[in-house]
Amino acid sequence: MSSSNSAVPTPRPIRSPRLARTFARLATEGRKAFIPYVTAGDPDLATSAAVLLALAEGGADIIELGVPFSDPMADGEVIQAAMLRALGGGTTFAKVLDLVREFRAKDTRDTPIVLFGYLNPIYRVGLAQAAKAAREAGADAFLVVDLPPEEAAQLTDPLTEEGLDFVALFTPTSADERVRAIASQASGFAYYVSMAGITGDALTGLDEVAQRTQRVREVTGLPVAVGFGIRSGDDARRVATFADAVVIGSHLIQTLATVAPAEQPAVARAFAAEIRAALDGQPS
Amino acid sequence: MSNALDAASSQPPRAASAPVFAGAGDGRFGPYGGRYVSETLIPNLQALEEAWRSVAPTAAFRAEYDALLADFVGRPSPLYLAERLTAYAGGAQIWLKREDLNHTGAHKINNCIGQILLARHMGKTRIIAETGAGQHGVATATVAARFGLPCIVFMGVDDIERQRQNVFRMRLLGAEVRGVTSGSRTLKDAMNEAMRDWVRHVHDTFYVIGSAAGPHPYPSMVRDFQAIIGQETRAQSLKKFGRLPDEVVACVGGGSNAIGMFHPFLADSEVALTGVEAAGDGLDTPRHAATLSAGSVGVLHGQKSYLLQDHDGQIIETHSVSAGLDYPGVGPEHAWLKDTGRVRYVAATDKEALAAFMRLCELEGIIPALESSHAIAYAVERAKVLGPDRHIVVNLSGRGDKDMHTVAKTLGLTL
Repeated sequence: MSSSNSAVPTPRPIRSPRLARTFARLATEGRKAFIPYVTAGDPDLATSAAVLLALAEGGADIIELGVPFSDPMADGEVIQAAMLRALGGGTTFAKVLDLVREFRAKDTRDTPIVLFGYLNPIYRVGLAQAAKAAREAGADAFLVVDLPPEEAAQLTDPLTEEGLDFVALFTPTSADERVRAIASQASGFAYYVSMAGITGDALTGLDEVAQRTQRVREVTGLPVAVGFGIRSGDDARRVATFADAVVIGSHLIQTLATVAPAEQPAVARAFAAEIRAALDGQPS
Repeated sequence: MSNALDAASSQPPRAASAPVFAGAGDGRFGPYGGRYVSETLIPNLQALEEAWRSVAPTAAFRAEYDALLADFVGRPSPLYLAERLTAYAGGAQIWLKREDLNHTGAHKINNCIGQILLARHMGKTRIIAETGAGQHGVATATVAARFGLPCIVFMGVDDIERQRQNVFRMRLLGAEVRGVTSGSRTLKDAMNEAMRDWVRHVHDTFYVIGSAAGPHPYPSMVRDFQAIIGQETRAQSLKKFGRLPDEVVACVGGGSNAIGMFHPFLADSEVALTGVEAAGDGLDTPRHAATLSAGSVGVLHGQKSYLLQDHDGQIIETHSVSAGLDYPGVGPEHAWLKDTGRVRYVAATDKEALAAFMRLCELEGIIPALESSHAIAYAVERAKVLGPDRHIVVNLSGRGDKDMHTVAKTLGLTL
């Protein structure tokens, strides 16, 4: 994870104790992290709460929890629809944090939660206030899709103050100079977007993804999660040969949406267990 | 049309020293603007900014742009004294800047010409655009046809239904009109979908944004491509009535015609500048699109600016009788001009705009776009206050042919 290349910046910190403990444990065990994404409040807050616990019980190491926004520019149809369902059910940032608080009270595994979304709903709350409230609720990091490094200081400063991480996105279009610029803001872990596309698009060109993942790891000194386009245990296993963590969102949401809300926790648990088994090299 | 062009050609030519484009600015307007997009798009925006900085400020680029505006668009557009409207209002002289006489019927083409030229310089081979009412879509399809580039226009399916004629025009011009079914199925969702397409085709695609909004460099670039409106108006005012106007008025949706009109007057402190937003059913109802008059600061479509949003930062569905003003955001420079007080922003209701629309048809023989009718509505009231020795210029940003179905419907008729 660290690099001997003296030209690279100082390894970035992991501020959240839960994220630090999680990656340390995984390193000791020689395992890769599974990071499922679900949208908070989809299809309703009660189901969402049960799904979060089920994912942790099934083997999720970290959970990305989507904060719904009416105009999710970087998301494909599946997550757009999930966000609209969540908003239709009255999900607000405050209620997302209620979910986190409830999860924190019940989860026995110390599972970190990354709040994933767009700037406007948290800008509306006030970024310092949002960071403080998120820390108090038991969240560990923010990933804000429409906040590139040039604009990020307004959020990273309050996050640093609260001891929360800013998970930054790296993409196939990020040239080396750009990777360094993003790295200067990144903490917790790095998120490499596998393709120039939106969530739900197909995964291609794994060799290049592997090379770029390695470069992001060298420059940031952080664990690297790879997401976008991962649809199966087999995809996850292949990505995990070079990534430190694997993110699955659209495919999970699609799977959950095929069953009634009451059955979603069981399906989520089975889904997590299947991916966990694939990552751990057991036949699924 | 040809008479109007003859009238236009009798105008003095623009000063030979027409400035090259500045290609400048950091995309910040006070706290507004910026570049709030996903990382995948940043290198594209940087490349666009680089082209804007290096190609646009050359004399050769300006010459290409000017030649197309003259012979393809039909510029300069006239500054026309609306005598009967002036008599009706009974106050200041009301002048109309005739952007409605441009090729494709609105100011939108000025910007599309500039952007397609940049796209060619950048070697891009595929053009995309978003459109609400279809005016920007038609203008983009037009320049894409002119340069032989494939063009995809994203348009909400509800707008496609409402604006069938413009959809047909775009298809005649060779563009593919792609229906957007997400969200509220209108302009903001078309913009989301165009952004998603751009992320997927970053290498070959040029995104022609129609308003002075979006991530840097679009707000500055679109403003500069539209500034021809204000530059001509300034020179024409000096020639026609020997001084600068007392007040300049333009409608504001995303704000491209208004910023193009206002910008060359910003340093002229004696010229009052007024933007007119769409008050829909009224600012005291939820059904309007008056972002600056009734909105709050937020981030959408790549920029920080005023937005129409709810308590939780979700974007509100807007309403205006004019589809071109029916947008929940506004360009960031307008946000800053509001805060600094240099421009005053007011709003006109659907009803007021429709009355002004009728008045201009009856009194001047000009069918204005419903968007521009908002500015006319304000100007008629304002002219009364200003008094007879004053001059008020209204940007007649487009013609109303596209609005026949909408207007007929408000009269209880079907065509």
